[in-house]
Amino acid sequence: MSASAPPAVARRRPRSFVGLGFTAPFLLVFAFVLITPVVYSLYLSLFRDRLIGGRSFVGLSNYGHVLGDPKFWDGLGRVGLFLAVQVPIMLGLALVAALAIDSGRLRGASFFRMSVFLPYAVPGVVAVLMWGFMYGDQFGLAANLNDLIGSDVFRPMTPPWILVAIGNIVTWEFVGYNMLIFYSALRSIPHDLYEAAALDGAGSLRVVRSIKLPSLRPAIAIATIFSIIGSFQLFNEPNILRTLIPSVISTYFTPNMYAYNLSFVGQQYAYAATIAIVMGVVTAVIAYVVQLRGNREARS
Amino acid sequence: MSVLSLRRTRAAAAIAITALVGVSLVACSSGSSSGTSSDTSTGSSAGGAAALDAALAKGGDLTYWTWTPSAKAQVDAFEKVYPNVTVNLVNTGGAGDNNLKLQNAIKAGTGAPDVVQIEYQSLLQFVLPGDVLDLTQYGFDSLKDLYTPGPWGAVTSGGIWGLPQDSGPMAMFYNKTDFDKYGLTVPTTWDEYIAAAKKLHAADPTKFIANDTGDAGFTTSMIWQAGGRPFVSDGSAVTVNLQDSGSKKWADMWNQLNEPGLLDSVPGWTDQWFKALSDGSIATLVTGAWMPGVFEASAPDGSGQWRVAPIPTYDGTPVTAENGGSSEVVTKQSKSPELAAAFLRWLNSDPASIKVFLASGGFPATTADLSSSAFIDQESAYFGGQKINQVLVDASKTVAPGWQYMPWQSYANGIYGDTVGKSYLNHTDINEGLKAWQDENVTYGKDQGFTVKTN
Amino acid sequence: MSAAVTDSGIAPRGTPGGRGTRRRRVTIAGASPRAHPVGITGGPSNRLTIVMALFTVYTLLPLAWLLINATKTQQALFSSFGLWFSGPFAFVDNVRQVFAFDDGIFVRWLGNTLLYVVAGAGGATVLATFAGYGLAKYDFPGKRAVFGVVLGAIAIPGTALAVPTFLMFSQLGLTNTIWAIIVPSLVSPFGLYLIWVYAVDAVPYEILEAARIDGSGEWRTFFTISVRMLAPGIVTVLLFAVVATWNNYFLPLIMLSDPNLFPLTIGLQQWNLRATGVSASPIYNLVITGSVLAIVPIVVLFLFLQRYWQSGLAAGSVKA
Repeated sequence: MSASAPPAVARRRPRSFVGLGFTAPFLLVFAFVLITPVVYSLYLSLFRDRLIGGRSFVGLSNYGHVLGDPKFWDGLGRVGLFLAVQVPIMLGLALVAALAIDSGRLRGASFFRMSVFLPYAVPGVVAVLMWGFMYGDQFGLAANLNDLIGSDVFRPMTPPWILVAIGNIVTWEFVGYNMLIFYSALRSIPHDLYEAAALDGAGSLRVVRSIKLPSLRPAIAIATIFSIIGSFQLFNEPNILRTLIPSVISTYFTPNMYAYNLSFVGQQYAYAATIAIVMGVVTAVIAYVVQLRGNREARS
Repeated sequence: MSVLSLRRTRAAAAIAITALVGVSLVACSSGSSSGTSSDTSTGSSAGGAAALDAALAKGGDLTYWTWTPSAKAQVDAFEKVYPNVTVNLVNTGGAGDNNLKLQNAIKAGTGAPDVVQIEYQSLLQFVLPGDVLDLTQYGFDSLKDLYTPGPWGAVTSGGIWGLPQDSGPMAMFYNKTDFDKYGLTVPTTWDEYIAAAKKLHAADPTKFIANDTGDAGFTTSMIWQAGGRPFVSDGSAVTVNLQDSGSKKWADMWNQLNEPGLLDSVPGWTDQWFKALSDGSIATLVTGAWMPGVFEASAPDGSGQWRVAPIPTYDGTPVTAENGGSSEVVTKQSKSPELAAAFLRWLNSDPASIKVFLASGGFPATTADLSSSAFIDQESAYFGGQKINQVLVDASKTVAPGWQYMPWQSYANGIYGDTVGKSYLNHTDINEGLKAWQDENVTYGKDQGFTVKTN
Repeated sequence: MSAAVTDSGIAPRGTPGGRGTRRRRVTIAGASPRAHPVGITGGPSNRLTIVMALFTVYTLLPLAWLLINATKTQQALFSSFGLWFSGPFAFVDNVRQVFAFDDGIFVRWLGNTLLYVVAGAGGATVLATFAGYGLAKYDFPGKRAVFGVVLGAIAIPGTALAVPTFLMFSQLGLTNTIWAIIVPSLVSPFGLYLIWVYAVDAVPYEILEAARIDGSGEWRTFFTISVRMLAPGIVTVLLFAVVATWNNYFLPLIMLSDPNLFPLTIGLQQWNLRATGVSASPIYNLVITGSVLAIVPIVVLFLFLQRYWQSGLAAGSVKA
């Protein structure tokens, strides 16, 4: 290792404004589309809207109100529980599917790749429509299964089961999405690693453990963080199901639904903004914590 | 992969800049307006009406938001008569989306249509903040006698806020095939109704007398029929009493169906529900007079099975309530208020327009149509040749007066499931559910700046 | 020695003599037709295939419901068992009705969606790729803050941001225009993170250094070399952006009131409301069939993009 390496090589990341040049277009649109409404929401959360009396400044009292609001905590607890169960299951399935499709040991891998992905292509409204039918205990699949077994066991749209039912829909919708993320990452692994492994006589499982999984770590981290964010923002599925079972799914079933109903049904825009900000902070903190732990494991 | 940093050092500068932008937007945008007073109108009626005719002759463009199925045909007919006017029709899909878009446009200060459909129960919500134009100035009070008292009362409280489009006096639609098959007699009182419910369900547990998973519109109409007047709205003073005698009367009666599980849990307005209506799983439907059109369109397999009868009563004296129904209004944002008012006048009072409306199965609010023998003697093929309008028109004459909605009725109906829903789900006392609903409403009303009482 | 594979990650590259080979091999996207890495032992596994097949039943069953019901007439829909055919086979007729209803507004909606997708999703992919690459390969002041800010902003539920966004666009006169859909679609934070993660590993510094030494400017390097190596990632981001824009529902609902500007999702939901709401018109069959038609282009796109997932990476180039 002579001095054949000039200093330019040792400095791996040129600190310059070139990077800013690449990033700027995105950041500009991002600032316009996302930052400005967030700032406005922050501002709005300091006020209060009333049908009689208009808008008035209330400082931080909305935040105090949120922290003491049982409906908020009900929704938050629910998405937390949902998150803890559904995300690992979904990511686990996606990981196994991606590994299977990439393994080269599957007949018709392209077909499976397409089939697993397909649910993601379906618009949310249609997906819930389909599953709403399947869950129907009078005409749906659940009814038929019940008839088959001769009991009343399958009742997905009742309080004990509704979270599982929703979790199933979300898993169905997004397993393909996550599978593709992992699959693309797997596709990016350089071939010479596999060649070296083959030279060493490594079998499939060893390859998976030693090459594929470590390479997937960043992708898994990203998928986890975004699934966490998605879970905290759960809205579409329970909201659409709500029209079918309004007694089971309340208007504050998830914090996002609570904010939506406050805004668009109750015209309490300022309070809704407060809920959104608080949820944003909670989500960001959890995502950050997950990220930190992921990094710590990676370094160890 | 580097850690995600929540430090917003450099971004702080970016945020500050966008904050300035944001704040200036706030300064520009109109928040929800203050004030509760209704507009007082000036100007003589005669002058007002003439101004409308002049506007029609002059012509112009209008935007009309609605979800009424016959709207396109009505607009076409209008443009034929008044070729100088172009009406830009937007189908908003349903009341929920319609109100959502309207609220947004009002909040933004721009983008609202000239004429828009609003359900009777949601009117106050737009009238109170001053978003709807008072039509008294255009001589609309001369149109009072065209309409039945219920719908007219719904659009007039401290001004004339719109014109009724339809009405929905409640009647009982029943499946004659089921009734014949299980030997049921058509009930005239609620006690008989409950008896029929028990008999039906005992004979065949897959059949129910009715379905109810918690429908605020149905509940409020039933309380209305039972004599309850739970809501009193007087400007910013509101009374919410869902435990008055009428509310209790209905709740106690309905409990007799809810608690033993005699009500089907199919949610209304879903494809499962239409299936149930078609195959006899649901034996009666107590709802507004606009239902026949829906039967024909969405439950065609039930044709010939259903008939109409007057709604059962508590003591045998005919009385009913309204369920649903909409009006059209002119928005304050309209840039051509006279033209809009003229279009509205034609839309909901001109016989040519109403004829088109009725052809698509609507039920009128106009006394002329309700008393026309052509209308009354119509035989309905779907209902086995029965002259259903006889029953429905009679119902319209027995609508009990004096009903009011709350200024935030859409919100209240939205949270009905959160509160009373538990009673349906667990088959428990609906009175308790109503109390919970009342409490939520009181809290909301006070939060919104109203003075709210409970008796 | 098995020095090539370490437990902490990918084998260290750029260490002179690390593997004793000094090969220079660059593969261009699409050039390697093999569906799986070379040298893995074992042929197709039946057990694995069966397990995956079962999983596929799960993913495809609801879609089967959709397809089957698209063949039914409106009448049959409400009176038959959902998971099997019933009545006359009406698929072609349904399709024809979908295209003809309301003066052919479905075609308009389809066209709108295509426009939004090409401009919005295409733009989003471009912006995310540039930015992700910049974050992965360069250092610049404020870089760490970018992660935090982007994540913080997307952590806030979009429903509550809808009204401020609406007000903002309204002030600028952008509501009820195509820009109300396209501009928000240009931001894909997920795409940003994806490309960034891929770029860190997929575009080795050695290649960039080699290019720099050869005198290539940063942007030229990006377009001629890096993009090819990022191909699988870019294609994934493109596909996700297309699907997200294609299925975009909430913001368009708020922003648009002119039916001529609707994307397919809003249009279909409107039909759905009309079919099952109080003003029921018998068009539920159009909703189902329309939904099927709405999925077809995504499937086509997926099939088209498949080949870009073939490995397209440089396999360790070291300066000679």
